[in-house]
Amino acid sequence: MALDRGDIARRAAMEVPRGGYVNLGLGIPTLVSNYIPEEWGVTIHSENGVLGVGPFPYEGEEDPDLLNASKETVTLLPGGSYFDSAESFAMIRGGHVDVTILGAMEAAANGDLANWAIPGRMISGMGGAMDLVVGARKVILAMEHVSRRGDPKIVEACSLPLTGRGVVDVIITDLALITVESGGLLLRELAPGVSEREVREKTAAPLRTAPDAREMFAAA
Amino acid sequence: MSKIASSSAEAVSDVPAGASILIGGFGICGMAHNLCRALSARADAGNFHLVSNAGGVDGWGVGLMFEKRQVRSIVASRVGPACRAYEEQALNGEIEVELSPQGTFAERIRAGGAGLGGFFTPTGAGTVVAEGKETRMIDGREHVFEAPIRADYAFVKAWKGDARGNLVYRMSARNFNPVMATAAGVTIAEVEEIAPVGDIAPESVHTPGIFVQRVVLGEDREKPVEIRTNRPRSGRGRS
Repeated sequence: MALDRGDIARRAAMEVPRGGYVNLGLGIPTLVSNYIPEEWGVTIHSENGVLGVGPFPYEGEEDPDLLNASKETVTLLPGGSYFDSAESFAMIRGGHVDVTILGAMEAAANGDLANWAIPGRMISGMGGAMDLVVGARKVILAMEHVSRRGDPKIVEACSLPLTGRGVVDVIITDLALITVESGGLLLRELAPGVSEREVREKTAAPLRTAPDAREMFAAA
Repeated sequence: MSKIASSSAEAVSDVPAGASILIGGFGICGMAHNLCRALSARADAGNFHLVSNAGGVDGWGVGLMFEKRQVRSIVASRVGPACRAYEEQALNGEIEVELSPQGTFAERIRAGGAGLGGFFTPTGAGTVVAEGKETRMIDGREHVFEAPIRADYAFVKAWKGDARGNLVYRMSARNFNPVMATAAGVTIAEVEEIAPVGDIAPESVHTPGIFVQRVVLGEDREKPVEIRTNRPRSGRGRS
């Protein structure tokens, strides 16, 4: 069975280091915070100028001045801080953010990522994604394996405008966990009940299988 | 000499047609709505060149200037579909749009305000953002040259300000405002509260008054929320 969005987020959360600083993109990545246990001591960075983003506020306790980068109302955890956008991106480009988890339209075997523009459609802009992919120490994609039309999103070379070149480290989908190595894509985990054959059919790039490949969430 | 202006209208009264204007705010959070509104009410001025991370929303903030067709161009990192007037004019080519990655956007303004001639960044290397720009290998990595941004005016939004122009921002409404305050010929700060000089602790000043020419108390201090997100209250209540 392919994973649902929550399970993709749950698997992505396992990649976040204890005590680390993490930035979460739109969509499935936003859900990752639900699966990071408090005792891990992880701090969520939001590029609009917040460290220590907490859960959504209770109704009636929203503050219009406290948003995350998706412009959603949030709260601040004790020990959090606010700063301006230039300083926020100094954190990002300067390699101080351990992990960024982003969505993708296309990811290529060489680590190229496209996630901001489709030619011919209204383009709203890349926001902070181009800075995040070059600056964060580790770039993880949390996404559906294929598009809504069923087309593979993991490809040999991106056809859409790039967000960054050779920037992706890990791809987590509803079917598999794949890492980007210097020699190409490496299949490391299969979602429970998903066959290697299905993953290969839905991946439009050469895929090697790791010798120690295993089922996702299986006890080590 | 006090920098306090008597109204938003007075504060923006000398902005000429064709001026370049930095406008702070992430979405509408930390956007100087009253200054935008006052400028949008000026029938004699338009053709503005904006530098604003976002395109505003219908009927509020910079969205009002799009609705009056006062904008010739905008530099931004993400301009959403939240403002119909913007979207329509951007699609039919009335507004020239330059997209800049958000960190590059902030740093270009910082460089402008700090008197620097630009900088090299790895952001955007190998993408459309790098097209036509000088590149250089630094520590084995491709970097792209990005030019500084300065403007004739900056419209910033702060929480508190005093007659010396010292500013304090509130929560994430700070965003682009502090860098923008440094990068304009005339920086106008819309505030929610005018503090007596000396009341803001010197250690707490975010933008020192040297960067600010005018301070005005915003007339309409209602702050809308674009996307309201909540968590359910648990039956047990909060500890």
